[in-house]
Formats: sequence, structure tokens, C-alpha cells
Amino acid sequence: MALQQIDQFAAKLRPDTRAAVYDGSKKGHEKRTAVLFDHYPDPDHLRRLAGNIKQHVVENLDTLLPAAAAALERNGVKVHWASTAEEANAAVLAIMQARGAKKMVKAKTMVSEETHLADYLGKNGVECVETDLGEFIIQIDGDHPSHIVKPIIHKNRREIATSFEKHGLGAYNDDPQTITRRARAHLRRKYLEADVGLTGANFVTADTGRLVLVTNEGNSRFCLAATKCHIAMVGIEKLLPRETDLGLYLNLLARSGTGQQLTVYTEFISGPRSPAQPDGPEEMHVIFVDNGRTEALASECREILRCIRCGACLNVCPVYRQASGHAYRSVYPGPVGAVLSPLLAGERFPELADLPKASSLCGACNEVCPVNIPIPDLLLRLRARGKEAGAKNAAAGTPPMGAWSLLATQPFAWRTSLTAGHTLNYVPKSLIPVPPMQTWLRDRTLPAWRGGAFRKWMKDRAKK
Amino acid sequence: MAHAQSALITPSSRPAGKRVQMMATCLCDAFYDDVARATVEVLEHLGCTVEFPEGQTCCGQPAFNGGDWEASRRVVRHTAKVFAGDLPIIVPSGSCAAMMFHGAPLEFEKQPDLPEIEALGKRAWELVDFIVHGLGVKTWPGRYQAKVAFHRSCHSRGTCTGPAALALLSSIAGIEVVPFGEGEQCCGFGGTFSVSFPNVSKGMGTLKLEHIRAAQPDVLASIDMSCMMHLGGLAEKDGKPIKTLHVAQILRDALKNA
Repeated sequence: MALQQIDQFAAKLRPDTRAAVYDGSKKGHEKRTAVLFDHYPDPDHLRRLAGNIKQHVVENLDTLLPAAAAALERNGVKVHWASTAEEANAAVLAIMQARGAKKMVKAKTMVSEETHLADYLGKNGVECVETDLGEFIIQIDGDHPSHIVKPIIHKNRREIATSFEKHGLGAYNDDPQTITRRARAHLRRKYLEADVGLTGANFVTADTGRLVLVTNEGNSRFCLAATKCHIAMVGIEKLLPRETDLGLYLNLLARSGTGQQLTVYTEFISGPRSPAQPDGPEEMHVIFVDNGRTEALASECREILRCIRCGACLNVCPVYRQASGHAYRSVYPGPVGAVLSPLLAGERFPELADLPKASSLCGACNEVCPVNIPIPDLLLRLRARGKEAGAKNAAAGTPPMGAWSLLATQPFAWRTSLTAGHTLNYVPKSLIPVPPMQTWLRDRTLPAWRGGAFRKWMKDRAKK
Repeated sequence: MAHAQSALITPSSRPAGKRVQMMATCLCDAFYDDVARATVEVLEHLGCTVEFPEGQTCCGQPAFNGGDWEASRRVVRHTAKVFAGDLPIIVPSGSCAAMMFHGAPLEFEKQPDLPEIEALGKRAWELVDFIVHGLGVKTWPGRYQAKVAFHRSCHSRGTCTGPAALALLSSIAGIEVVPFGEGEQCCGFGGTFSVSFPNVSKGMGTLKLEHIRAAQPDVLASIDMSCMMHLGGLAEKDGKPIKTLHVAQILRDALKNA
């Protein structure tokens, strides 16, 4: 019986990496819970409300997207549509080339991770510098983010100090303030040199075409302060119907993601520089990216498109804490990733069909989700899909259920096997050639077999 | 397709009454006969008449969680047949009860017999939930001298069961319920997960045991024997066994000192 890849990854994970991921996630979850329940008498009510509004968005993209695009254009924004990652990257490059631009500074955006934008631009002669500190460290290390909000949750400061030294950012020093100061000095120059600033968007309001960005480092502001052109790559599900909805979502996002009331910087961007708004880039583009989302929308798991990328489900997930984000082999790790990544993979679904198995279905993810996504249900639906698709990696380690279902539909056979099971009490268990039982027994004992004892007791009392 | 609101919500307007059917669960059928007996004894103490349909087997959850919904539906259909009627179905397991009222309807979404399966689910009660919310029992008589760590099993998330069990246990003379760290975290059992992700499962269980041991309880209690089988098995293999009990066993044993 082959083994589950994520379990294997977890088994080989370095203890200090596991400790870093565990500590970071646990702290994130504890801060989130304290702040939410401290500030609201019934956060669950807010989560349900936010879930319903986002579900409305997901089910009405056909009208909300054109409305958002029209509002953005009224604000002087050029709107682009990209069906695939390739189209999205090409749209960015075309904007750069039209301006003769060679240098980009970039804020953290998950959708650009999906499209591998930085690599693509690099191959096409454009320097693309990550300006979020975590993403910057990922970039110089040639690493991948392992968390949606905290991309380097898997690293400790000693590792970071080592890579700073390696990349000419000063002699080894693992003091966090020194690391930050060095990165800042390096990045300030990059902001000034860049022609274009690229961001994502946390929300786009369909009624007013306002783009909302939340950050804690202020790097997205720098990206837009010194550059002439702003490009925003935005997943098509990022819409909110109305500006008045922002209050709900901003309050939930910061609390769920980082345990803050509000992130340090919340930017509301309503178009490029204009007489009414004399600051900011003179040119602004929004690229709406599909990249598998309409397929997810048409699927049995469309609720996943409510996700606002807060990372709360990662922080609380016991499997994520044991395995780390890299175990998921995709841009989106953790519970949300176990649903979203196989969906966004399209035809490559079978390659990631094991991800939905990486859950004890404990439901903690649903309990903390600010948009109340029923993640365990979606994991289950994708397990059923993986089974139908005959995905071998998904089946690994799962006992086959055919014989069991046969027994469990025939009471006589069931009762007989309850009696026959007593053999377990007499034969050395290590000799029983049933792989799942041997796996169980590696780390655990099995209680004595008592098959049929209760039924006999019930019968005996009935006779009395 | 209707979108699910939450992974688990206890159904509203379930049948109560003192004539009940009992589903023992496959784990009690095979390993934990004393838990099933305690369930009967506790229900009878409360004046219930307990029927045990002989044809019962399993709720269908193993295949449901494993992704083999065809196999699971066969078993659920069998269960629906065996438990025909309109009596409350009492299950000494939050997990199997959740399978009946939430899991089974999910895998029957596109099946013509969804209404029957939903009707079955609406009759399913986890034992403690039934005692507290079905029969209106708020406190428990008798005495049970122990420090009890109560493991809130995951399938009681979002349901009325966790608070109900804690309320009953806390009301018993002699019991001190001891809290422990990260109580909201899963023990790592997860059904087939325990053998398809043995390393992660063990990691989760080991962490849970550390938290529990730090609270120094005499007894670890739960309303799900699956979690107890996993945690108890890990502890024993580790050479540091812990005493695990189902809440029903504690309720029954407390009555002996009434």
C-alpha cells in the first residue's frame, strides 16, 4: 500500500521547521480568537453574514464583474481580462513593454504566486522585486511561501540572517530589527528605480470600483508612491457588492488573519492620479484573473470562492501544524488549499487529488473561517471526486471499502464476523496480514475484541 | 445544489419521547460492549424503553470519509431500512450521529431517496444531547470521585453535545472537570485518516496527550470511543496508559453511588 505524500512529507520535516510552523500558527490562532471574542459578543453571527454576502458575490459574478469593470473604467482604470495564468502574465508584460519599463516593485499577492509572475517577468528581461519582507526573503532564497499571510512561517531568524549574508545584505546578524533595517535600505532603492508597481487587491467594490489593499509593512504604498504605473492583479472572486460591505470584511479580515483590529495600512484606491486626486501613479490597470475560478464556480465546491485569504484555517489546522505549508505542493496550503488547489489545477486535478485527504475532518477550519466556508464538506466532495477519478495518490493508505460495505449490509455476515473477530485475541496481532491494522499497531495498541458481547447481553436480559 | 451553511449544525425539531431505538455503533459492537450497556442502563434509568434493532451494522462513515460514497450509501440505505419508523435513534457517539444527520444527506444530495435519508438523520441524537435536550435532564445524581478531563470530540463541534456533556459531568458530586490546553484541537483519529496519515495522526495524538497529562486527570472522558481508542492506544503503546471512559459509563457508575 503506497503512502500519502503529505504524511511522508510531515514525517521527514525538520523538527525546527515543525516547531516554527506550530508556534506561528498557534499564536496566530490564539490572537485571532482573543481579539474577535473580545470585540464582538457573537463573532459567529458576523462570519455567517460575511459568508452569505460572499456567496451572493460568487453566485452573481456575471452581473457584478461587469458592474465592477464599468465602475473602474469610470474612475480612469484600464481593465483587462485574463482567462489563464499565461494570459495574466502576458497582460502584465504587455503593459510593461508599452511603457518601455524594465523594473517592477511588487507587493504581496497570492494570485501572482498562482501565475508565477516574478519568474515569468525575469525570463522576459524585467526585474521584479518582491517588497513584502517575507516574500523578499522567499525571493532571494528561491523558496516558496508556505502560508497565505505569513509566507516564511517555516523559517527562523537564523536562517534568514544566513541568507541575507549570502546575498550581500550585510554580515551575519539575526536580530530581527537589523534584518528589517537592511531589507528596508535595500528595497528603498528599488522603489525609486522602478517604473511599475504591482499589487493584488483584497477587495474591489462593484458599485464604486474602489480597490482595497491591506498590509502591515506599508510596502504597497511605497510601490505606488514612486512609480508611474500601477498594475493590480485581481482574482475575479475578490468583489464585494457595495462599498458599505467593506466595514464587515475589513473588521473580519484583520482579526482573522493577524489578530489585529485593522491592519497597519488600509488603502482605498479609486483610480490613477487625477485633478481630484493629485497623488499616485498616472496610469492604472486592473487585470481580472480567472485561472480556473469559473471551473470552481461550476463545481460542487463553489463555496471555496468566498475565501478572503486570511489564513485562519491554516493557523488552526492540526494537519497544517504537523506538516507545514510546503507539504501541500501548491500555492495555497492548509485546509483552504486542500480544496482550492486541486480545483484550480483543472485537468491536473488527479495530481493534487490527495490534498483533500489531508484532514481528520475535525472542522476547526470551518469554525474559524470568516466567511463560514464549510471546508470539511468540500473536502469530502473532492474525496468522492478523487475516488471517481481513480486517483491513485488519493487512494494511498485508505483501506478499500468494498468488502466492508458488503458485510455492513448483511446482518448475518456482520454478526458472524463479530464472533470470528475473537481470533484477534488469540493470534499475535503482528502476524495478521492486514496493512491498515499493522499501520494502526505501529504506534497504538488495539483494545481486546469483544465482538457480539453487547448483543448477547441484550438477548440474555430479554429472556429474564 | 444547496450550499451548506456550516459543516455541522444539530438538526432542529427532532423527535423526543421515552420509547427509543438505539444504535450501538460498530466500535461498541466490536470493542466497547460496556459503553453500549451503559447507554442502555442510563436510558432505562431515565425511564426509556430501549429497542435494539438486530440488523444494525454501521452508520456508513468509514467509506463516506474515504471518498467511496457508493459503498457508503449502500450501508446508509441498509441502516435506514433497519431503523424504519419514527422513534428517536440514540447513538453513543457524536461522530456516528453527525454522520446520520449531516454526512449521509451530503452524499445523498443527488439521490432520489434523499428525503428518506434526511428523515433518518432528523431522528438521530447523540446520547448526551438527547439526555439534556431531548429529555430535559440538567443535572445528574449520584457520586463519582475523579478528576475528569473531557475531550470535546470534533464531531460535536457546532452541536449541542459538548456543553451538554460538560454540564452533566460537572453536576455529578465528586467530579472535578479539569481543563487542558488546546482543547479545541483534534486528537488525530479521523477514521481512516489514522491509518492513511499515521505520522500526522500520531503527532496530533501525542500533542493532545501531553496537554491532557499536564492536567493530571484520573479519567479521560469523551462521547466518542473512536478518539478514546486512538488516544488510549497511543498512551498504552507509549508505556504510559491512561484510563479512558465514555461519558455514559461515568453516568452509569455515578448512579451506583446514588
